[in-house]
Amino acid sequence: MSAATGTGRATVLYDAPGPRTRLRNNVLTLLFGAALLLVAYLVWAKFDEKGQWNGKLWRPFLEADTWTELILPGLRNTLSAAAVAAVLALVFGAVFGIGRLSEHRWVRIPAGVVVEVFRAIPLLMLIFFAQYGGSLAGLIVTEFTAVVFGLMLYNGSVLAEIVRAGILAVPKGQAEAGYAMGLRKNQVMRLILLPQAVTAMMPAIVSQLVVLLKDTALGFIVAYADLLNAGARVVPANFSNLIPSVIVIAAIYIAINLALGYLATWLERRSRRSPRSTAVPAVPEGAAGDEVTLAR
Amino acid sequence: MEAVVDELPVILHAFWLTVRLTVISGLIALAWGTVLAAMRVSPLPVLRAAAAIYVNVLRNTPLTLIIVFCGLGLGTVMDVQFSRDDLSVNNFWLSTIGLSAYTAAFVCEVIRSGVNTVPMGQAEAARSIGLTFLQTLRLVILPQAVRAVIAPLGSLLIALTKNTTVAAAIGVAEAALRMKNLFDAHGDAVIPLFLGFAAGFVVLTLPVGLLFGWLSRRLAVAR
Repeated sequence: MSAATGTGRATVLYDAPGPRTRLRNNVLTLLFGAALLLVAYLVWAKFDEKGQWNGKLWRPFLEADTWTELILPGLRNTLSAAAVAAVLALVFGAVFGIGRLSEHRWVRIPAGVVVEVFRAIPLLMLIFFAQYGGSLAGLIVTEFTAVVFGLMLYNGSVLAEIVRAGILAVPKGQAEAGYAMGLRKNQVMRLILLPQAVTAMMPAIVSQLVVLLKDTALGFIVAYADLLNAGARVVPANFSNLIPSVIVIAAIYIAINLALGYLATWLERRSRRSPRSTAVPAVPEGAAGDEVTLAR
Repeated sequence: MEAVVDELPVILHAFWLTVRLTVISGLIALAWGTVLAAMRVSPLPVLRAAAAIYVNVLRNTPLTLIIVFCGLGLGTVMDVQFSRDDLSVNNFWLSTIGLSAYTAAFVCEVIRSGVNTVPMGQAEAARSIGLTFLQTLRLVILPQAVRAVIAPLGSLLIALTKNTTVAAAIGVAEAALRMKNLFDAHGDAVIPLFLGFAAGFVVLTLPVGLLFGWLSRRLAVAR
């Protein structure tokens, strides 16, 4: 049953409406529409009372300097932290995900412990620990390093679970056929299991990358000069327009994440349309859909 | 190790704050998320659109940004006050608003995916005995839908427990911020302190995972 897009179709929950129901639905639409508009107006009025819609506060965003000097450097830092952390997390995830499937207990158990531990610890604590633990060891830990380190460990552990689920989702016969042809363990993994698993895992991986990108905003707390830092510290410090600035920054985050989200949906649809893999698309453990992975 | 033992009251107090943040925002998010889910499956396009916009905006925004908006935007600029004389009480409730608003978007999506697991025949049977949309939803669909998504809801609660650390962004002295302060105070005991706080989170989240796993098996709808 496809989900209804208009009122004219039946779904799990309601029938296609008859004339009376249609009338009632129209009346209710009007009522609820008015109520929502009222709520929106009240919020608007409340902000207006504090002068938040004053053009003076919004004008900085029409000037090129605000963007080139203040916001875009922040965006660049956010994206570079996300990119470096994504690459490291993918490597971490591949190593520990495959490690957890090893036949050797001395590989499997430590890999499992690492993955479970870093998934259980809040990311912010990992970032703090990277800063203080690193300087304790005599290393110079920049904010960038601390943020990337935390993102790598946390998201890498989540990706490890996705990799493991992806490899397990490849039917057993695939590996058995590989062994029957005389391939070695690493050849079976490299030539048969991983290519199919990666196709199946793609949507889950992209969803996790959205989480990773969102989590770079934690850098704000350790004063990393990221996009949120630009929007909540730098721009308001210049123009004292915190609320407009945070709204603009939020729009940038939402645009990037929605684009990545559509990419994930597109990949999922594509792999369902023309199966290049015998594995069913992997959903991380304990999830009913991709919703839970997005919640970190 | 002595640092952890000496500071145990401080650590326990920090975790008590984490627990309070988690429980209060969890309850608000569950209620608000259920309302949003009902809106998203309703026959009225207005409500469906409003809930869809809310969910997509909130879950694509970094939690840190939402908390900062609540703390500095609502708290400082808009002058939303919960307590005139106690800043920590104020920030506690402001971060609770942020955490519940954020988590509700995920609760909504989880419950909606639960609604999709309920067989068509259930709603048809409900309609054929004359139940209205709200009665169908409340008496037939939601009870089965929620029972189908107990485990994902548990994962959300665990994620929320860890997400409460983001309240540190506006100075709520929960576990992560306390840990940082203790790092400053006991520079030589960083590793024991970190292990202590990490263990604290494991103690908080492990039973939740086990409990929800057990509940989901026990309450599963037999079909």
